[in-house]
Amino acid sequence: MRRVLIWAPLVLFALVFGLVASGLVTPADRTVRSAMVGKPLPGLDLKPLLASKPGIATADFAKGKPRLLNVFGSWCIPCIAEAPQLLALKRAGVEIDAIAIRDTPEAVQAFLARNGDPYARIGDDPTGKAQIALGSSGVPETFLIDGQGRIIDQHIGDIRAEDVPAILRKLEAAK
Amino acid sequence: MKRAAILLALLSTGPALADSKQPPAALSYTQLADPAQEARAKALMETLRCLVCQGQSIADSDAEMAGDMRALVRERVAKGEQPAAIRSYLIQRYGDYVTYDPPLSWVTAPLWIAPLLLLLVGVLLARRLFRKGSA
Repeated sequence: MRRVLIWAPLVLFALVFGLVASGLVTPADRTVRSAMVGKPLPGLDLKPLLASKPGIATADFAKGKPRLLNVFGSWCIPCIAEAPQLLALKRAGVEIDAIAIRDTPEAVQAFLARNGDPYARIGDDPTGKAQIALGSSGVPETFLIDGQGRIIDQHIGDIRAEDVPAILRKLEAAK
Repeated sequence: MKRAAILLALLSTGPALADSKQPPAALSYTQLADPAQEARAKALMETLRCLVCQGQSIADSDAEMAGDMRALVRERVAKGEQPAAIRSYLIQRYGDYVTYDPPLSWVTAPLWIAPLLLLLVGVLLARRLFRKGSA
């Protein structure tokens, strides 16, 4: 017993050392995921940003068809990179709504004219209240909402071409 | 010549800003009129993590999102909401990571229990050793 026990401190040290060393070499993941995934969409009632499109209301998301809710800004550079993928999703029959963070109608109009317009609705979020309500910590982020108005997934950062099939699969599964 | 022109062009570029051009939310840089309410709001803001500059509290950060969160905290405090309720609203959205004062859970329990356990082990160890010494 004694002869085994004498190694205990060394083993303990090796464990702590291993833990610290592995923490030093693995890059930290700093993304903050929304804790709202899996929960119903919070109550949103956002005024339309553009005269040509309706705003965002939570009730519109519980009508049986899964939708995407894209959090973006005309001032956000990765949102430009993401635009072609959103258009591709729209072509595949996905309905996409948007929340524009701290934005103006003129700037969004110009953004859509330049990068294409994938959105069915655009809600105005001048002070980030809706963004916080969703648990979103930046732009762009995209929430997948099922037909009952529940958040089923969150895509953080711009959607790349390689992400599109997975998003389509998840939306199909949510039907 | 071409290289010099490229270098010159690089000199004149500005940094790509990741912020909107909109003015900040009304209460993000303005204190509440009632000093007691402002003190409550400030105390809460100092314990909430800025999600953009993650080492800073929202009271310290100049990120736009931190400004929005300060405005949200002040508006809710002004409406008479308890700081604890505002904190739990944000925890519901972002998880425990958003607060520097995390609630007691199975994940944080070892932080509280481990020192007590170690102290207990220390006391037992000392007792055994002292007994041996006196015998």
